[in-house]
Amino acid sequence: MRKRPHYLAGFGSVVWLFVVGLPLYVMLVATFQSRADYAANGPLGLPGNLTLDNYVNDLDNGFAQYFLNTVVVTVAVVAIVLVLVPPLAYAIVRGDGKATGRVFRLFLLGLAIPSQAVIVPMFYLINEAGLYDNLLGVILPTAAFAMPVCTLILSGVMRDITPELYEAMTVDGASPRRIFRDLVLPLSKSGLSTIVVFSSLQAWNGFLFPLVLTQSSENKVITMGLYDFQTEHGVDIPGLLAAVVLSMLPILLVYLFARRALVQGLMGVGGK
Amino acid sequence: MTTATAPAVDSVEKPGTRRRPSRTGTGVGRPGFAWAAPAALFFGLFAIVPLALVLVLSFTRWNGLGSPEFAGLENWSKLLDDPVMVKSLWLSLLLTVLGVLVQTPLSILLGVWAAGHQRNRAVLSAIYFVPLLLSITAVSVLWRAVLDPNFGVPSQATWLFGDGNLFGVQAGALGVLVFVSTWQFTPLHTLLYQGAARAIPQVLYQAAQIDGAGRYRQFFHITLPQLRNTVITSTILMVVGGLTTFDTVLILTQGGPGTDTTNSAYYMYQKAFKSFDFGAASAIALLLVLVATLVSLVMVRLSGYDKMRSTMEGV
Repeated sequence: MRKRPHYLAGFGSVVWLFVVGLPLYVMLVATFQSRADYAANGPLGLPGNLTLDNYVNDLDNGFAQYFLNTVVVTVAVVAIVLVLVPPLAYAIVRGDGKATGRVFRLFLLGLAIPSQAVIVPMFYLINEAGLYDNLLGVILPTAAFAMPVCTLILSGVMRDITPELYEAMTVDGASPRRIFRDLVLPLSKSGLSTIVVFSSLQAWNGFLFPLVLTQSSENKVITMGLYDFQTEHGVDIPGLLAAVVLSMLPILLVYLFARRALVQGLMGVGGK
Repeated sequence: MTTATAPAVDSVEKPGTRRRPSRTGTGVGRPGFAWAAPAALFFGLFAIVPLALVLVLSFTRWNGLGSPEFAGLENWSKLLDDPVMVKSLWLSLLLTVLGVLVQTPLSILLGVWAAGHQRNRAVLSAIYFVPLLLSITAVSVLWRAVLDPNFGVPSQATWLFGDGNLFGVQAGALGVLVFVSTWQFTPLHTLLYQGAARAIPQVLYQAAQIDGAGRYRQFFHITLPQLRNTVITSTILMVVGGLTTFDTVLILTQGGPGTDTTNSAYYMYQKAFKSFDFGAASAIALLLVLVATLVSLVMVRLSGYDKMRSTMEGV
């Protein structure tokens, strides 16, 4: 059904586009100017001489290392989630013990725990374990706090596999291991990609655990790099914003090429 | 496993085992608890144990070195007498309420708008979505730079921002916090409302059109009531997110001016990692969890969401 255009809504949508776009415009334009030019032109002015110096300087001043650390954390978190969550979700959906039901409720409880609530005991535990200022100390809690949402998403997808398929395989005498490998995993591909996206976003964008659990610059992740840059050289706005752009670059690339998976992964953020 | 003898049909029960009827068949070829155990162990260690520990630590004195000492109710009684603590709770509540009041209408409008299948709406929605991709850290750092009193937009737009230092007065600093959260999280709620709006049966609109209802009457009498459940889900997310707002405060205002934007989550961080009073920080953390859970439960109960009143009634 073709409707006549809604002019008021059209106007509102342009206003919101302006609100969303303005800081992104200021950011991009600032990063290609020298500090002096930025101060002279102002945030809204048009740039004169374009330069890549801000990006080069940032990469030279530690951001290459922070970037690499963040990649390590992200890959490790995704790996832990991918190893632990699919068998769990399978057990929740197909297991018949009371115990699995209890485990599921435990994870639902986990949805309600904000990470802020546990940073003090986490600091204590990670210290006791000798993992303070160690990327592993960031990886473990980050993975644990990504698990409830991932479990919810994946068990939802596995629940949609029709019982007849399970029964057909069971009649053939398939073991749980074979059913998991040949039926459940292939049919949960969409859910698996969603939890990969969700957990990598959590890891890439994570701030609180790195903030309280790491210290030295060789163990800094990129969000910490941004925070320290701001507290130490907050007046170098072009350099700071270039670092912001570097931190978001991988996600923006994924957004361009795999939007559907990313959006579904982000819907999972709502559960957190 | 006795695969060969065990029946694979629902209606046949193994003798001696009591089993509730299941639509997915009985125990053959089913994963045992061992499949869930590694994940449960991992999650228990890194999420449930800390949560239990926060309760224990709230009754101790600990400065980060050595071992925590038992201190009874000391942390709790000190907190109740602490004017900054009481103020921080009010500020958390204020930030949450303002966030809900600003974000809800905005994301309903955007969500319903984005639910249309027009080409321009799809393109704009894809752009609107970008803030949600960025880390809270990146967003806060970005806005701090954009709103910088000396080098930012306010210095160029004094007709709008006065002397340009939004961070110098409480109203300005609170406004920035609410605005930045709105900027970042509106896309998430928009997405929820978009999905819900698309799920509204078209029959309702067709019937309304036959009855001669215009666009605005359709919005208020069909769309809004049909979005009821989503409003509750979205508001709960906003409330929990709002009460635990921390990164934005740390980066944008550092709780200032003075303690004028020191909300409870930020106060907890200060107590722990600036004053090294980990006992008091644990008590605040626990208080936050309790308040957030309580508010969510009350909302679920008041709204009748737990009974899942269907919006499909009468369709």
